[in-house]
Parts: sequence; C-alpha cells; structure tokens
Amino acid sequence: MKLSALILAATTAATAAITAQAEPVKVGMITTLSGGGASLGLAIRDGFMLAVKQAGNPDLEIIIEDDQRKPDLAVQLADKMIQSAKVDVLTGIVWSNLAMAVVPSATAQGKFYLSPNAGPSLLAGKGCHENYFNVAWQNDNLHEAAGAYANTAGFSNTFILAPNYPAGHDALAGFKRTHEGEVAGELFTKLGQTDYASELAQIRASGADSVFFFLPGGMGISFLKQFADSGIETPLVGPAFSFDQDILQAVGDAAMGVHNTSQWNKDLDNPANMAFVEAFQAEYGRLPSLIASQGYDTANLLLSAMDKADVKDADSFREALRAADFTSVRGDFAFGANQHPVQDIYVREVIKEGDVYTNKTVGVALTDHADAYVGECKM
Amino acid sequence: MTRETVINGLLALLLLGVPLWAYLADEPFLITLATKVAILALAGVGLNIALGQGGLVSLGHAAFFGIGGYAMGILASHAQSYTPLAEWPWTIEGSNSMPVIWITAVVTSALAALVIGALSLRTSGVYFIMITLAFGQMLYYFAISWPAYGGEDGLSIYVRNGFPGLNTLDPIQFFAITYVILIATLFFAARLTRSPFGLALNAARQTSERVETVGIVPYQLRLTVFVISGAITGLAGALFADLNRFVSPSMLSWHTSGELMIFIILGGTARLFGPLAGAAAFIVLEQMLGGLSDYWHIHLGLLLLVVVLFARGGIIGTLAGEEVRHD
Amino acid sequence: MSLLLFVEQLLNGLQFGMTLFLTAAGLTLVFGVMGLINLAHGSLFMVGAFAAAAVSAATGSFLLAMAASIAAAAAAGALVEVVVIRRLYRRDHLDQVLATFALIMIFSEATRWLFGSFPLYLNIPTYLSGPVTLPGGIEYPLYRLTIIAVGLLIAIGLFLLISRTRLGIQIRAGESDREMIAALGIDISKLYTIVFALGAALAGLAGAMIGAIQSVQVGMGEPVLILAFVVIVIGGIGSIKGVLIGSILVGMTNTMGGVLLPAFLRLFMENSAATAAGSALATMLIYILMALVLIVKPTGLYGART
Repeated sequence: MKLSALILAATTAATAAITAQAEPVKVGMITTLSGGGASLGLAIRDGFMLAVKQAGNPDLEIIIEDDQRKPDLAVQLADKMIQSAKVDVLTGIVWSNLAMAVVPSATAQGKFYLSPNAGPSLLAGKGCHENYFNVAWQNDNLHEAAGAYANTAGFSNTFILAPNYPAGHDALAGFKRTHEGEVAGELFTKLGQTDYASELAQIRASGADSVFFFLPGGMGISFLKQFADSGIETPLVGPAFSFDQDILQAVGDAAMGVHNTSQWNKDLDNPANMAFVEAFQAEYGRLPSLIASQGYDTANLLLSAMDKADVKDADSFREALRAADFTSVRGDFAFGANQHPVQDIYVREVIKEGDVYTNKTVGVALTDHADAYVGECKM
Repeated sequence: MTRETVINGLLALLLLGVPLWAYLADEPFLITLATKVAILALAGVGLNIALGQGGLVSLGHAAFFGIGGYAMGILASHAQSYTPLAEWPWTIEGSNSMPVIWITAVVTSALAALVIGALSLRTSGVYFIMITLAFGQMLYYFAISWPAYGGEDGLSIYVRNGFPGLNTLDPIQFFAITYVILIATLFFAARLTRSPFGLALNAARQTSERVETVGIVPYQLRLTVFVISGAITGLAGALFADLNRFVSPSMLSWHTSGELMIFIILGGTARLFGPLAGAAAFIVLEQMLGGLSDYWHIHLGLLLLVVVLFARGGIIGTLAGEEVRHD
Repeated sequence: MSLLLFVEQLLNGLQFGMTLFLTAAGLTLVFGVMGLINLAHGSLFMVGAFAAAAVSAATGSFLLAMAASIAAAAAAGALVEVVVIRRLYRRDHLDQVLATFALIMIFSEATRWLFGSFPLYLNIPTYLSGPVTLPGGIEYPLYRLTIIAVGLLIAIGLFLLISRTRLGIQIRAGESDREMIAALGIDISKLYTIVFALGAALAGLAGAMIGAIQSVQVGMGEPVLILAFVVIVIGGIGSIKGVLIGSILVGMTNTMGGVLLPAFLRLFMENSAATAAGSALATMLIYILMALVLIVKPTGLYGART
C-alpha cells in the first residue's frame, strides 16, 4: 500500500555514504493542502522545501501529508508518521487547534516538533515541552505589537474586534496587554462570518480614533472590503495575517495604507532575506509571504541542528536546536526559555508596487520581544 | 445462510484479522486504522438504525457524536486536573474510567436525541433533514464559542482513559475493546430489526397510516428509535475521542454528519454490516488517494457519485445481490 | 444605543436578509418544483463568484462580470442537471443528499485546481462604491442599497414569472402533479433543466454580488448554504413569499440578536465576558427561531408540502 508522497531531498546524485556521518533525519510534515485553508499550508510547504532544496543535504528525508484542516485526521497522520514511518521530527501544522491536538502527544513520545506557524498560549506556558520549538511566534505576539504601535501612533480610544474563538480571545487580550489607551468598544464576531455591516455601524457610532482587528483568512478580506466601502475614515491596525502577500491581491485597494505588524517583511535589509526573496520568486513565480518565510526559517533551523548533532542523540540535538545557529530571514533570532522566539516585530504599511499590492517596513513596534507566558513554563 | 450473512461474517473476520496480523508484523499504525474503522462503523450503525429502519434521514448526527466526544473530554479533563465538575448541588468528580465515560456519553447523547428528536420529528421529509442539520450547527457554533472547554482549540487528554484489567494505551487492547462493542451493537441492531418494535417501525416507515389504525403511534416509535440511534452514535463519539485523545468542535460539524452518511450509502443503506463496509472502504480510500494528488477530493467525489448513481445497494448490496435471494 | 444606530442596524438586518434571499430563492425553486434537496447550491454560488472575478479581471467591467456569473452558473447548473441531477428525482432524499454532497467536493477541488488556492480579487465598481446619506443622516453604503434593490427586483420578477408566464404555469403544475403535466404533453425533463438552470443562475448572481464585498475563495458557498436552508425551512419549501419573509426574519434575528444580546448581557456581567457570551448566544438564535417556527408550523410559514 502506497501510503504517502515520499520526497527525497537529494538534489544531486551524491551517494549518501560518503558525506553522511550521521543517520538520515526523517521529517514528517503535516499541513493543510486541500480545502479552503490550503493556501497557508502550501506557503509553509513551499518555503520549507525551498530551504531543503538549497541545502541539498542528502541525509534529510521529508514526508508530506495533507491534514485537510481536520484535527482528528492530523492526530492520525501524526500517529502514522511516528508509528509506521518512524520520523524523528514533526512540523508543518498551520492552525492552533490542530497543533493542540498533535503536539502534546508527539513530544511525549520523544519526537521533536518545530512549529512553523501556530503558537497557542498553553504550549508556551504551562504546557511547554523540551522537544517543542516554535519558529514563528507565540499567538499573542503580533497583537501585542499592534498594541505597542497604537501607543506610538497616539491612538487613545481604540475599537477592537476578533472572532469568538480561543485565538480571537487571545488576540484582544494580547492587544490590551500592551495598549495604554481606552477601549472604545469590543466585539466578538462569529467564526467564518462574512457580513460586517452591523459591526461597522457600531464602529462608526463608537467615536473611536482607531480600529484594531484580527480576522484571519477570508473574514479579513470581507471586513476590509466592507470597511473601505462604509466610508469610515478611522485608521485600521492589525496583525499581518490579513495583509500577507498571498491574500493582499484579493483585498486590493481596500488595504492600501493600513499599518500591520509582522516579524518579517520582504524588504528587510539582510543578505539572507534578499537571497530568500529572489530564490522564492525564481522557484515559484510569486512573492513569498510571511508564512512562507516561517516555513523557510523552520527548515533552516532544522538543517543547522543537523550539522551539529545526530538526531538519535536527542539531548545534543535539542541543544543544537536551542542554539538557533542559523541565519533567519527576519534578522536576529533567538529562543527564549520556553523555546519560543525572542525577536523584533516590525510595523508595515500596505503599498502598491506597479500592479502588485505589497508591504513596506515603516518602523519597529517591539524589540527583542518574548511572550507573556514564558514565566509559566517549567522546563 | 444467505450470501449477505456470509459476507457479513467475512467482514467481521477481516476487521479482526488485519489488526492481529499487524500486531504480529509490528505495524501499530494499521491497528490504529482498524480501530478507527471499528469506531466510525459503530457511529454508522447508530445512524443506520434511524436511517435504514426508521427512514429518518438525519443530517445532524454529528451532534450526538460530538456530545459523546465531549462527555469523554470534559470528564477526563477534570480527572486530569483534579477539579470537580460541579460542586453544587452535588459534588461531581471527573473520571478517567472508560465505563463511567461510556455511560455518561450514552445518557447525555440519548437526552440530546430526545430533545432534538421530539422537536424535529414533528416535521418530516426535507424539513426533517434540514432541522436536524440546523440543530447540529447550533451545537457546533456553541462549542466553538464556549470558552470553558477549549472552544475551537478543543481539549487534549494526555493519557488514554483506563478500562479495568486492560492497558488501553496498547493499540491492540484498545482495538479489542472497540471491536467487542461494535459486534455487540451489531448483534443488538439485528435483534432490534426482528423484534416487534422493529417490525412495527418498519411498517410505520412504509405506510404510516396503516400502523396508526392498529393503535400504534408512529411518532413514539420514531422518537424511540431516534434516541437509540443517538445514544449509539454518542458512544462511538466517546470512543473516537479516546482514540485521538482529543476532542474538538470539528466532531460536531456538518461534514462529520455527511461522512457518517457516506459510510452508510457506500456500504449499503439499511444493510446490517453496511456501515462497517462503508467505513472500511472510506478509510482505505482516504489513505490511498490522499497521497496521490493535492486534489484527491475530486476522485473521492466522483467515486461517491458513481456509487450513489449506479451501485445502489452499496458494497454489500453489490456483493450480496437482492436481499431476498438465497444461494 | 441611539435611535439612529438602531435604525441603521434594522437596515443592516434587512440588507443581510436580502443577501440571504438572493441565495435561497434559487434553492427553493428547485426544492419546490422537483422535490430535490441540493446541497451543491452553495457550489453554484461559488461558481458565479469565480466567473465574475475572472471576467472582471479580464475586462474590468462589473456589468459584464455579473452577466458572466449568471451565464457560468446557469451553464454549470444545466450541465450538472443533465449529467447527475436528473437521475435523482425519483430517488429518496438520502441519495440526493449524498450525490450533491459529492458534487460539493468535486466543485470545490476543481475550482481550486483551476484558479489556485489563493482568494481572488473582485471589487465593487467606483460608481457603486462609498456611502450615501439617507434621510435622517444615516450614512449607508450605496452598494448595500443596491443589493436590497436587486433582491426586491428579483422577488418581484419571480412572482411575475410564476403567476403570469407560461413557464410559471408549468412550474406550478409540476409542483402539484408531475404525472399530469407529462400527460399534457409538456416536456418535463426540459422543464426541469430550465428550472434548475434558473435556480443556478440566481445562485451565481448572488455569489457574484455578495462576492464583491466578501472574499472570493473556495468553500465560500458553504456557510451561506446552511443559512439558506434555514431560511427555506422557516418560510416553507417552494414558496417565494415564504422565502422572502423567512430571509428577512433570519436577517433581522441575526443582526439584531448580535447587537442586542451582548448589550443586554453587559447590564449584568463584565464587559469582555458579556461580549463573548452574548455573541455565542447570538449565533444560536436563528436556529432557535427555526425550531420555534417548526414547533408551531411543521411545514414552515407558507409551506404546504413536505
């Protein structure tokens, strides 16, 4: 029975026996490749595989499976990868709820998990684990940065909204954690909601001087279009998710000029990033997105650890991961005590370059920022 | 012995044989898959009782599946954190014992089926399909936005719940539990069909007026079968949550209802072993097609369409031929 | 809450109801005439939106995009009817549910295969964008007013079609007695194809009109589909009047519930908790409304048959 798409990452025909002193590392990537959320999984996969291809390390074997955004399927894929393919490292999950389903049991079974996107608070705090590394952010980070930006922009009375689910609650809590101004109004919308007329009326009536929103995926596209059409002039601020390269073209003019927070942008001035942006465009014919950069960094972190230690020696491999001895495309990168990033978070502005909507870095919201849960982590 | 009985026997043996072989060959993932088949088949058997025998096309059975799952999740999470579930009017402790969880799952999902059924069965036909779908969605949105038990993130349980005398973390032992429950439920379902209750229900499905003239109230029959059906699906939900050591609102989504229905049609509507054949075929397809291309849902959809349009008896119907035929 | 905001929210409820009506009208037609339960209606909604986005990107014309959405959805509908749906009329609802569920999978992934995984761009034209000031000083987006107007026009059009035209007579005859209409020498299979294509065209137009202020992406039809079903069940299957009233009821309940419930709970609870609990309850309100209607009238407000 053919169970999976095996992708052997050997780009050259070099025989493994000559170069390899360590055993090959098997990586299981569980990500969303079909259905409505597929664009995010594809970005992670593309970024990750680009780094793998560039490294050309013949000791790296990657198995990719589609979780269809279903938590129970993700759990079974993880079981399959651990029990039958005997992988050493798992990665790839896009969504917090899927990560919560997979990560605790995978790390308890002694596997490493490198998160390229989701960072639920439990895994950063009480539920942290020595084998769990987050290469993207703790879920609250970009919202905290948005709060900090709102302070410097002088917003003192902000209307905030997010969908009514755990990541939405975290988003508003994260924003309020750093924001010093008043909250003009607070709304939880329905997950998957597509019509925001009623929310817009409340925003208009609230007299707020700014609006913070976290509405990932299609929700954000709908909100931005309707916001632009409503004629409300209040400035918007939000995390990067609704302004990522892959969905910005669908929002169009409605996103122009909006300030959003992100730990990466394609114009960050470091050689690794410039090379990444160029290589990604050459390989896939489109600009990389934030989430693709996270996939790319995840692969490079893994490769850096492989150079230093044998994956079968879990303790030294863990030390090698912890050192984070790789050149991140976002610039400086280090892990905190709970193995979540300590990093700068930038403010970006949506602009148009020719016909393409994209982001320009306009400032720094937070420097060397860790997360709020690191104190709860007993490791 | 009819050909269908032979096929049923072979299916039951196959479901037992594959994990036993996998156990000997040290392929634990195959055992996990077989366990998933057994549990989903159990959920399908529950739905099949309402659908095949009662003629009640419920597109909201995910509600009971999910309630069963949350019964496990809530009890086990309280046991995990040593916090009581409720302190007033009585102190209710969490539990990580499977029998306790199963009884809770059966009772709560039966109660939910009683309420949903009592309201929904006032309608029939398309209205019934839609109102069950709507109740399912109502619970789904409630579970997503209710923060106490994880909302959309769901609840993770770190250790599988226990069963006296067995090590449930051993895949083959957990499989044995689900297999015994499945076979026992199939036996019960077969008895139910042949019981006076089952016969009256069958008659009510075909001509409702005729049973009324002999003094039977079809509404009560249907409500009873809907409650039994919901309870079985709820039990399956508790087992499914234990298999994954995780429960989330996606168990309640209407896609889950649709998939349960797919098992039944794929296997053969109203056939006793239909859900088992359907669930097994679905899992095998998912495993095989999933690796072929990013767009494998197209193949799955086409295949389903062909089965619905051209192979009307599903797998068992095609293999066994007409129900009345004897070899 | 000020009176002005309250009135604006009522208008929003009406507007949301009209978007539901646009989607549900085609569905109820197919339900009523053919007795067919079509879960793939949401896919036709999506087809319309994607066709509009593609044509709008190629030509830049919004009107052409709308026309394309109608044409593409009608063509997809006719094709699906001839190949699949017509084999289902004599089957039970179970087979219909399953076959159309399979169609959703095929449509969704085929669309993703054709257009890629990323959302598409479709926006309202400049002559319809921005707010206008209504009497009383409410600023209201022109495009949303356009949706209300188009919804009303389609409602009137459907009433006239059914009560005044030859096709309408045939549709009504088909609803009440299938055999008789065939015996009268009317080509019933052609009639069914036309009705299905008409229903699909309405879904496609709805997808394009609504897609312009939402996200054009795979799976966009599903949340709408379930609400459309709720609307139809409340209004009574097959009744255009029922669907119009059902849409407005659901639109109002959804919008006003979302506004008033959290505000009401804030009287008793802390702000954040009230907002969360109120929103959770509000999402359940329309289903409670539906249950209440069916308890009182098991075949919906204006429905006659099951």
